[in-house]
Amino acid sequence: MPTYSNTNTAAYKNVWVFCEQREGKLMPTDFELISEGRKLADELGVKLCGLLLGHNVEGIAKELGGYGADEVLVADDPLLEVYTTDGYTKVICDTVEDLKPEVLLFGATNIGRDLGPRCAARLHTGLCADCTHLDVDMPLYMDFLKANSTLPENRLDLIAKHTVKVLGEDHDTTRDLKMTRPAFGGHLMASIICPRFRPAMATVRPGVLAKAPFDQAKADAVKVTPVKFQLAESDIHENVKEVVKAAKKLVDLVGADYIVSVGRGISKDVDTGIKLAQELADVLGGVVGGSRVAIDSGWLSADHQVGQTGKTVHPKIYVALGISGSIQHKAGMSDSECIIAVNKNPDAPIFEVADYGITGDLFKVTPLLTEAIKAEKANK
Amino acid sequence: MKILVCVKQVPDTSGVVAVNPDGTLDRASMETIINPDDLNAVEAALQLKDETGCKVVVVTMGPPPAEGMLRELEAMGADEAYLISDRVFGGSDTYATSQIIAAALHKIGIEDDDVVMCGRQAIDGDTAQVGPQIAEKLHLPQVTYVGDIHKEGNKITCKRMLEDGYMTIEVETPCLLTCIKELNEPRYMSVGRIMDSYSMPLTVLDNEALKDEPLIDPTTIGLKGSPTNILTSFTPPQKGAGTMLEGNGAETCQKLAGILAEKHII
Repeated sequence: MPTYSNTNTAAYKNVWVFCEQREGKLMPTDFELISEGRKLADELGVKLCGLLLGHNVEGIAKELGGYGADEVLVADDPLLEVYTTDGYTKVICDTVEDLKPEVLLFGATNIGRDLGPRCAARLHTGLCADCTHLDVDMPLYMDFLKANSTLPENRLDLIAKHTVKVLGEDHDTTRDLKMTRPAFGGHLMASIICPRFRPAMATVRPGVLAKAPFDQAKADAVKVTPVKFQLAESDIHENVKEVVKAAKKLVDLVGADYIVSVGRGISKDVDTGIKLAQELADVLGGVVGGSRVAIDSGWLSADHQVGQTGKTVHPKIYVALGISGSIQHKAGMSDSECIIAVNKNPDAPIFEVADYGITGDLFKVTPLLTEAIKAEKANK
Repeated sequence: MKILVCVKQVPDTSGVVAVNPDGTLDRASMETIINPDDLNAVEAALQLKDETGCKVVVVTMGPPPAEGMLRELEAMGADEAYLISDRVFGGSDTYATSQIIAAALHKIGIEDDDVVMCGRQAIDGDTAQVGPQIAEKLHLPQVTYVGDIHKEGNKITCKRMLEDGYMTIEVETPCLLTCIKELNEPRYMSVGRIMDSYSMPLTVLDNEALKDEPLIDPTTIGLKGSPTNILTSFTPPQKGAGTMLEGNGAETCQKLAGILAEKHII
């Protein structure tokens, strides 16, 4: 029977955030994670540390302090300049075993989702994928559940008792990280804990958690600590031949304030449908997105996809043109500030989440809406 | 040389999804399909088979009815199939699942020039974790989000797709790749193979068959072997219905634009 060294949960302390950099630049999601990590560290009464791997990256470490990190642990090595699964996994796992954090967060980017599971498997601990909400504090978690679930009172009361059965024994959930994520295409939400092993690990969906305001004084004050580690070329079994940036600038759906998305409704004239959506997006000052159908049919490239398998967005205005509103799509856009839906079918599920619905042909309605908004903006 | 492809049978979440009153999924009432990304992994393996004549072995973990899916994959072109199935494997999270599948792959045997392929992620859990965790348990190099594969001898050159571009990566076999839908267009089952598939090799690996594998232990499988536990699951509340506007002409659009301006969101 194997024995594990990470079952003594009390020996683990502090919240760590893996801060991904590409070509020496921090990823936007790092700041969201540091901001969230600050909240969790305060709830636990511990330190928040950023974990930064790369080469000549010390200069960007301080910025993480501006969003709330107490300390940034920097592993600097030419072998870490470009991401490799083997190199990053070894340095992270060795550092975790050495310094014992109780929580370790990753951004759920393609690299975070490559690295997180590999590290969790090596460290023998639990990892919750693509989380959209994190809590430690039980009253805060209960507030979240009351506002975001349909759980009945008696179920909520049980959870609030801080005790659950784990393998038949009572377990106190007070210090556990409650990691909430959508499953089954957004039909279900689940809160996961990692009760018996440390660190508790999560990858967190980019664009979902709020970024704290940047504080220069905190950035100046942050402690930057080099990490001691051993890494040799022979530890890395992947040979990265090249790193290519997409020639075409990818659309930034997550950061957009205005999104006009198209779905199956444009199928009878795809080019015109996209053109009309683009014109409306231009007037609003936003970008064009699409449902899964629009991406799978090849009408728009994958970076335009909104929904459970695409991006989660929360713009000021989200316009859904000819999108029926599958639960997968709604999972990615229902938190938008204002949702406008145009659909021929008055019973389309998209109208269930829309703030304003228009029953009609998008090819006729969209140009009228574009004109009306243009006129309204000119009046200002 | 052989390609071991890990596949999963999943409920079709694009169809009707039924949720029990206690917040769990009513799987019994749902259609099952082959996980879409896994079909791309199977197709990638079959393309390598077309090129090199290598063997393609499909492996799944699941309840006994998953055999039907394995027969379909044999009808597509796979040569052998393994069904990892035992009650004691139930309740496994991604960690314990990877442990069991890794043990099964070890039992089947991974040679120096073999490749393990998985889909990027399954549409029921959407975790994308089992592939990398199998690779770790078997000490194989991994490349995830693979959008292009070339094999020459024991070297595989592939593209790992990123949000803002891609990396070209060379790894040596044996290695594990996770495939995305942009990689290829999966082929259909061949009519001739559909009947033949029922006489093709299909082996069930239960706990008895795997119990001597070093990765298998009562504390590493099922609920006991799962570091994560579900605290609660729930359905999100429906957002309250908004306003359906009267009509769909210029007047309606002007009215809407007026409301947006009034609310200072344009």
